[in-house]
Amino acid sequence: MSKSETRRFTLKDIFDRFRKDSNSCEGGDCHCGPDQNPSHKPEKQDGFEQVFNAPQNRRSSLKKLTASLLAGAGAVSACNPVKDDKAKEKSQISWEEQFKGNYKLMTEEEKKATVNRLVRSYELRTGKALNMSSKGPEKDVLFGYAFNISKCKGYMDCINACVEENNQDRDSQMQYIRIHEMEDGNGLNFGKSKDNYYHEVPAQGHFYMGTQCFHCEDAPCVKVCPTQATWQEKDGIVVVDYDWCVGCRYCMAACPYDGRRFNWSEPNVPEEELNKNQHYLGNRMRKKGVVEKCTFCIQRSREGANPACVEACPTGARIFGNLLDPNSTIRWVLENKKVFRLKEDLGTEPKFWYFMD
Amino acid sequence: MKILVVFWNLVKDSIDATTHGTRLYHLWMAILTITMLIGMYCYSIQIEHGLSVTGMNDRVSWGLYISNFTFLVGVAAAAVMLVMPTYILKDIDFKRAVLIGEGLAVAALIMCLAFVIVDMGGPGVLWHMLPVVGVFNFPNSMLTWDVIVLNGYLFINITVPMYILFRHYQGKEAKPNVYIPGALLSVFWAVGIHLVTAFLYQGLQARPFWNNALLGPRFLASAFAAGPALIILVLAIIRKTTAFNIEDKTIKKLSMVVTVAAQINLIMLVSELFKEFYAPTHHSESAYYLFFGLDGKEALLPWIHTSIFMNVVSTIMLTFHKLRNNFYVLYTACILLFIAIWIEKGFGLIVPGFIPGPYGKIMEYQPTGIEIGVTLGIWAMGAFIFTILAKTAILIETGKLRFIKKEEKAINEVEA
Ligand code: SF4
Ligand code: SF4
Repeated sequence: MSKSETRRFTLKDIFDRFRKDSNSCEGGDCHCGPDQNPSHKPEKQDGFEQVFNAPQNRRSSLKKLTASLLAGAGAVSACNPVKDDKAKEKSQISWEEQFKGNYKLMTEEEKKATVNRLVRSYELRTGKALNMSSKGPEKDVLFGYAFNISKCKGYMDCINACVEENNQDRDSQMQYIRIHEMEDGNGLNFGKSKDNYYHEVPAQGHFYMGTQCFHCEDAPCVKVCPTQATWQEKDGIVVVDYDWCVGCRYCMAACPYDGRRFNWSEPNVPEEELNKNQHYLGNRMRKKGVVEKCTFCIQRSREGANPACVEACPTGARIFGNLLDPNSTIRWVLENKKVFRLKEDLGTEPKFWYFMD
Repeated sequence: MKILVVFWNLVKDSIDATTHGTRLYHLWMAILTITMLIGMYCYSIQIEHGLSVTGMNDRVSWGLYISNFTFLVGVAAAAVMLVMPTYILKDIDFKRAVLIGEGLAVAALIMCLAFVIVDMGGPGVLWHMLPVVGVFNFPNSMLTWDVIVLNGYLFINITVPMYILFRHYQGKEAKPNVYIPGALLSVFWAVGIHLVTAFLYQGLQARPFWNNALLGPRFLASAFAAGPALIILVLAIIRKTTAFNIEDKTIKKLSMVVTVAAQINLIMLVSELFKEFYAPTHHSESAYYLFFGLDGKEALLPWIHTSIFMNVVSTIMLTFHKLRNNFYVLYTACILLFIAIWIEKGFGLIVPGFIPGPYGKIMEYQPTGIEIGVTLGIWAMGAFIFTILAKTAILIETGKLRFIKKEEKAINEVEA
C-alpha cells in the first residue's frame, strides 16, 4: 500500500469514527479496535465536551477539525487497517487520552474510563497488570499531619520509603521530603541548616526537621494554576492531574514551602521497583514536563492506611490522621502539645504542624 | 468582495516586496533565517529531552525564557508612547514613527508568546490553557489574565495599523473615527499588559523579592525607557537605509520620553536599594544575592553591575541636552539603556526571586547553550517579523506600494 493511500484511509476512518462517536458507537458496527476492549465504551462527556457544552454539531465539528489537523500532521492514525489489533487499540487509547478532560470535572464514569485506559495501555505495553484506583474522598475526613521535632533523628527512612511508594524519578533522584539538619542554639534557622548531609546521624548538637507539601488550606499553588490542573480535594489533599498540567511551573513559584517537583526529563522507575498499587491522583507514572508533589500517599490514606513516610519512620516522629475524628492521635497532639506551623504569616493555613516533647 | 480582492493583492504585493531588496537586506534576512533554524534545532532537542536540557531546576524554576518574556512585554507596551501623541493628540511628526512602533509591538508580542510556549513542560497540551476549549482558571490565576491581555493587545496592534495601511494602499485616507477608538483602547491596554505581567510576580507571597508594591510601576518606568530607546534605534536604521523620511524632530521628541522614563527608573532603583540595604530584613536576602552575592555565590554580580553601570551612564548622557542632541551620543545611550534594562528586567528580576529558596538554600542558575540557542532563535524570529512588517508599511506609506486595478495595470505596462 502506498503512502498516500494509507493516509487517505486514516483520515476517512477517523471521520467515520467520530460520526459514530457522536451518535454513540455501541453495537458491533464499529470496527475500531476489538469489542472486548473495556475502555471502549460510549462516553457522553469527555475531552473538550466536558467543558465545552456546546450543541452537538458544534462539538463534533470541533472534534473533526482537530482530528483532521492531527491526521494531516500524521500524528494519529487511529484505525489504520495495516496495523494489528493491538496497535489499533494503543493508538485509540492515546487518542482518547490526548483529548480527555480535567479529572476534577469528570463524572464517575469518565474517571473509570480514563483509569481503565491507563491500566490497559500499561498492559499492552508490558503485558503486566496494574492496580489503579480512582477512589474519591470519604465523608467527614480531613487529613492532617504533625511532626515531632524532638523525635526526628535524621535517618531519612521516610524519604526512601516515599520515593519507592510514589514511583519518583530515580534518574533525577526526585524527593518530596527534605530533612533539614539544624544547629542547636540557632533556633529555626533554615538559612543555616543543611538539607543534604552525608555523615552519621544524629549529629551532636543538631536537631532535625522535615518539610514536604503542607497541603495548605488556602493554597497559593492552587490559586495560580492557569488550567486548574491542581486543586484541593474534599479531604484536604492537594493533588495534581498530571495529564492536565501544562508544565508552566507557576505553582512552583507560588509555593512558599518548596512542596512541588517538576519532571525535567522523562521519569524513570525500573520495572521491578514499580509500585503497582496506584491511584490516579497519586503515584501513577508521570510523564516529562509535569509537576508532582506529596499527596499524603493518596493511594494509601484513602484506603485507611498511613502514608509511607509515617509507616517507615523508626522513631515515631510522624503522626497522620483525620482532623475531624476527635479520637485520632493527630487531634490529641493538636490539643495537648504546643504546636506551630511554618511561615504562618503568609496565611496559607498549612495542615502540617510541628511540636516538641 | 472587493475588499477580498484588494486584500489578496496586498498579500501578494507585500510578499513580492519583502522578497526583493538590496544585498544588505538579503544578508540580514539570511542571517535571521539561519539563527531561527538553529533555534528550532535547539528547541527540537528540548522537546525530545524535556526541560532538563535547560539550566533550570526545582529551585530556580524559571530562567532565561521567562526573563525575556517579561522584558518583551515592556517593549510591546512602549508602543503606546507613540500611539497616544499621534492618533489622539494629532502630533503630526509622530505619524510615521507610530507605524514602526506598532510593528515593533506586534513582533515583541509574538516573541512573548513564543517564549511562554518554549517554557512549557507540555506544549502539546497547551490547549488546556485556552479559554472555552480548555479549563480556564479565571479570574484566580494571573496567568490567565495575561493570556487575555497579551492576545487582546496583539489583536489591537495588528488591526489598527492594518486598517490604516489598507486604506493607504488603496490611495484613500484612513478615517479617524474608525481607528481612534482602537488607538485609545490600546493606550489603556498597554498599561494593562504591563501591570498584569508585573502582578504575575507581585502576587506571590512566597517570593518576597517580587512581593513588593513598587514592582508594577517600576516595570512601567523601565518599559517606557527601553521600548522607545529601541524605537529610536530602529528609526535611525530605517532613516539611513530607506526612503522613509523621519525628521530629526521625531527622534528628539522620542528621546525626551526615553530620558524622563530612564530618570524615573533610576529614582525607583535608588528607592528600592535604600529599602533593602538601609534597614535590611531577611526579606532582603534576594537583593543581597543580586547586588553583592550570598555565601560566596555570585553568578549574577557581573550582570547586575554591568547593568547598573550602563543605566547610570546612559541616563547621564541623556540628561544633558548637549549630549542628547548629538545623535551619535543619543544612539549610544539608547543601546546602553536597552541592554541595561534587558539585564535588569530579565536576569535581575526573575532569577533572584528564586534565590535563596523557600528554606534559604542557594541554588544558582546558568542558562545552557540550548536555552541560549532557542532564545536567539526567537529574537531572530521577532526581527524577521518586524522587518517584513516594516518593509511593507514603509513601501505603502511612501506610495511605492499601491493597489492598482487590472486595467490600470495593463495600461501601465503598455506605457512602460
Ligand atoms: S505546601 Fe506548597 S504545594 Fe503544598 S499545598 Fe501549600 S502551596 Fe501547595
Ligand atoms: S505547572 Fe501544572 S499544576 Fe503547576 S500551575 Fe502550571 S499547569 Fe498548574
